[in-house]
Amino acid sequence: MFVAVVGGGPAGMAAAVSAKRAGADRVVIIERAERLGGVLPQCIHSGFGVNYYGEDLTGPEFAERLRADVKASSVEVWLNAMVIEARPDKTLIISTPHGISFVKPDAVIFAVGARERPRGAIAIPGARPAGVYTAGTAQYMINIQGFEVGKEVFVLGSGDIGLITARRMALEGAKVHGVAELMPFPGGLARNVQQCLKDFNIPLLLSHTVTEVLGSERVEAVKVAQVENGKTVPGTEKVFPVDTLVLSVGLLPEAELIRQMGLPILPYTGSAAVDQFFQTDLPGVYVVGNGVGIWDLVDNVAMSASVAGSHAVKYEGRSSDLAEVLPGVGVRVVIPQRLSLGESDVPRIWFRVACPIPVGVALLTRGEEVIARKGFAGLKPAEMAEFPLKEEQYRAIRPGDKLHLRVQQP
Amino acid sequence: MSEKTDQKSALEFTCIVCPVGCTLNVTVSEGNQIRVLGNRCPKGAEYALTEVTNPQRYVQSTVVLMGSKTERRLPVKTDKPVPKDRIFEVVNEIRKVKVNVPVKVGDVVLENVLGLGVNVVATRTVEE
Repeated sequence: MFVAVVGGGPAGMAAAVSAKRAGADRVVIIERAERLGGVLPQCIHSGFGVNYYGEDLTGPEFAERLRADVKASSVEVWLNAMVIEARPDKTLIISTPHGISFVKPDAVIFAVGARERPRGAIAIPGARPAGVYTAGTAQYMINIQGFEVGKEVFVLGSGDIGLITARRMALEGAKVHGVAELMPFPGGLARNVQQCLKDFNIPLLLSHTVTEVLGSERVEAVKVAQVENGKTVPGTEKVFPVDTLVLSVGLLPEAELIRQMGLPILPYTGSAAVDQFFQTDLPGVYVVGNGVGIWDLVDNVAMSASVAGSHAVKYEGRSSDLAEVLPGVGVRVVIPQRLSLGESDVPRIWFRVACPIPVGVALLTRGEEVIARKGFAGLKPAEMAEFPLKEEQYRAIRPGDKLHLRVQQP
Repeated sequence: MSEKTDQKSALEFTCIVCPVGCTLNVTVSEGNQIRVLGNRCPKGAEYALTEVTNPQRYVQSTVVLMGSKTERRLPVKTDKPVPKDRIFEVVNEIRKVKVNVPVKVGDVVLENVLGLGVNVVATRTVEE
């Protein structure tokens, strides 16, 4: 059994280790960067590992643990190696420092991660000066390259990376004038609003956006206005005299290779549909981590990728009995979107709500019929919620069922 | 409602101990009795207590790394939390540090920073 893992971030490392432990003869991680770890080495803050390792770790420490597991389990690691083509028969064409390589594994696990949405994705009007960075790029430049990115900073978007980058820049001596968030609620975790913004007296402007970038060579200022029903409110515009605009406006799975395999891309995750083992509709092809949808915790990324790793070895092909899971009212994302039926382990469904719900009930329905229900408190769009099915609920699902997961408020 | 209610001070903040991020309501009564509501685990109550009496934070930053083929910066953290109002002083001390390879996770790169009884340690291993 030969398993190829594309990507050496947390998902890729966890999947590879678990495949090897499950008895794969050969496991190869193909990583395009010069180091393992993916985005973790630049995430120098803490908050990782509380669930997976039972310890509060920084990003580099979390990566180090996984890297040690990779080493100990004799997984092959190819660095500076990039898959340039992926074929539906699982052939991978790889550019390596030694030339082009072809491999044809029994299973492929795509752990390809995500990309940040850039300025073009949200079309901010105004000039095109230097000084506009995505939050992850700013974070890379500060923490890996050791550059000072800006002195007077404004952040658009309150996703976790934006909040953490705002704090990092404040710690490095920059003045962070504010964080604007289009939605009326923060995009990141509550604890990051506390420890990244409130701790540093950085204002959070909810229902606000950047309406214009000013400056010729370098950013000189940004205009920020209040937003109501998707439109800016006249007369609310304020000018912030900053030299840097940091964008934290969302992540998209890096789905090019997945698309090349001929797998359809779901509009609401930006990647292929998977079952509870993260297997796609192509047997032996898996997608894990942020490549399959955006997770908020690396712990869940590693845990879910481990599931795929061992499944790739233990099961050959997939069961033909499948049900479909779709996001219903109040739900933006569900993972998985397929349920393989008749498995001994009862699956769980992850979901993300569209807007904050203080108290609510999640319902898994087949037409009018409720298959499963679970009460939740404090559901937030920033957090992926977990809906573990019960044995009898899972067994009640029939092949070909189209199930919807929706959220109701009392 | 007794008059004493007015003597209490009520505080609200978000717990940062884990990703759940409970909203903690803390009331401090006249006799400095602290009552915590909203925490879903004991760590939350503990956090609320220090947050009211002596707020503390772990600090993470990077230092210059010398002699490595691939890396220029070494990520570091304080091994204990430091008083919140001294975070910037601690970061300034960290900024002065230079480290040579090889270095291992947990190696102390700055001892007893500002006499706070806290060490700054590497959070990454860089062999070469």
